[in-house]
Amino acid sequence: MSINPEQLRYSKEHEWLSAPEAGVATVGITSHAADALGDVVFVQLPEVGATVSAGETCGELESTKSVSDLYSPVSGEVTEVNQDVVDDPSLVNSAPFEGGWLFKVRESAEGADLLTAAEYDAFIAG
Amino acid sequence: MSESPSQPAQRRTALDALHRTLGATMTDFAGWDMPLRYASEREEHQAVRTRAGLFDLSHMGEITVTGPQAGEVLDYALVGHLSALAVGRARYTMICAADGGIVDDLIVYRLGDQEFMVVANASNAQVVLDAVTGRAARFDAAVRDDRDAYALLAVQGPESPGILKSLTDADLDGLKYYAGLPGTVAGVPALIARTGYTGEDGFELFVAPADAERLWQALTGAGADKGLVPCGLSCRDTLRLEAGMPLYGHELTTALTPFDAGLGRVVKFDKPGDFVGREALTAAAEKAAATPPRKLVGLVAQGRRVPRAGYPVTDASGAVVGEVTSGAPSPTLGVPIAMAYVDAALAAPGSAGVAVDIRGAQEPHEVVALPFYKRER
Repeated sequence: MSINPEQLRYSKEHEWLSAPEAGVATVGITSHAADALGDVVFVQLPEVGATVSAGETCGELESTKSVSDLYSPVSGEVTEVNQDVVDDPSLVNSAPFEGGWLFKVRESAEGADLLTAAEYDAFIAG
Repeated sequence: MSESPSQPAQRRTALDALHRTLGATMTDFAGWDMPLRYASEREEHQAVRTRAGLFDLSHMGEITVTGPQAGEVLDYALVGHLSALAVGRARYTMICAADGGIVDDLIVYRLGDQEFMVVANASNAQVVLDAVTGRAARFDAAVRDDRDAYALLAVQGPESPGILKSLTDADLDGLKYYAGLPGTVAGVPALIARTGYTGEDGFELFVAPADAERLWQALTGAGADKGLVPCGLSCRDTLRLEAGMPLYGHELTTALTPFDAGLGRVVKFDKPGDFVGREALTAAAEKAAATPPRKLVGLVAQGRRVPRAGYPVTDASGAVVGEVTSGAPSPTLGVPIAMAYVDAALAAPGSAGVAVDIRGAQEPHEVVALPFYKRER
């Protein structure tokens, strides 16, 4: 009964990471995180070509009540950012696992402590 | 999980179960478990601006003062001239410490010749109750803690008069802004007040907690075809920010006098008798006139990052010239806005070079006059 897709892996900072396709994985934030933030009004994403490091901040999300750092769950080079979500940040709320994805990374190394969907379910139920 | 013994249990309003049924996201506010939002806070905000919104504000603290000298008590305890208030009218006022610092901002309703209701912020209700009680000691009047005697529901927005009219025979057309009258709404005895904290027309309904759910359901039903939605504290904050209304703990603190906050007009020096803070406030008024303190201004972000409470305001050289007290993305303006105390030299609308230090980056902001939003009448 999880709303957290089985095929993704999750960070304790509430990012999700897809299984890489041809070495490139997609990053977003979970619906749990989006619900906690409330209406997201601005996303600042890393630049294409930038290098991100697992567990380190690489952007920020502004919502009505607060600003939150975006942590990369993976190390590597950013190959693409989601321009749709930059133009319409509400996609993070309406479709966090789909149209609200944030950026894609050519992986060099994953974060050491990523969780499975079941583990993340337990973590947020915590 | 066990609760720490030093942590008092959260207080819940009479509508708590209803909020959970409606799927509200709850938040702690001054020890109360309150609805933060039901769905999208931006949609709730727009509903209040264009249609109507329904709020549970039962955390607000009611204090009743009765007796032959009830008016004199409030003249002495508060900075306003409340004994001059007509029965059925309300007034925005403040209670100050002897040093002139703002203890709380209040709305006082005169319910009768010898009866007033003081409404304090939830976070300050106990302090206000204690202060008014202490200051009333030598008067012929009684101070009563009525925090548990009332639930408070607010209907705010341009459709609110129509919605309320369908549920009451009370003369709403004759009820002016900042007035209140006893009546019956949906069969429930209520104090109907034309007050609010949103910048829109609207009403606040003080009722017995046992009647709160019945009233909520009746308002929800009457508002259904007018676009009324339940609204949480998140949109209440952006609504009041757009309307330039101060929030205690942000724009108002014990470290500031009403003159520092640009609200010196609430201090009535010409009222009869002494009042707590008179000497300090007289000095504060003179000082404010001679050497203008930092001024409360509006800031409109030129970028998309949001100035938040506590962020430094800087000038073109990067020097700190003020501090943000409240900030949020404005649903109505579509850009981030803030209120900030800024040095008088840079407080004029359009002052050049003003920026907010948003986590290390100087983000340019335009200084504007408050409020950001004013409804058409």
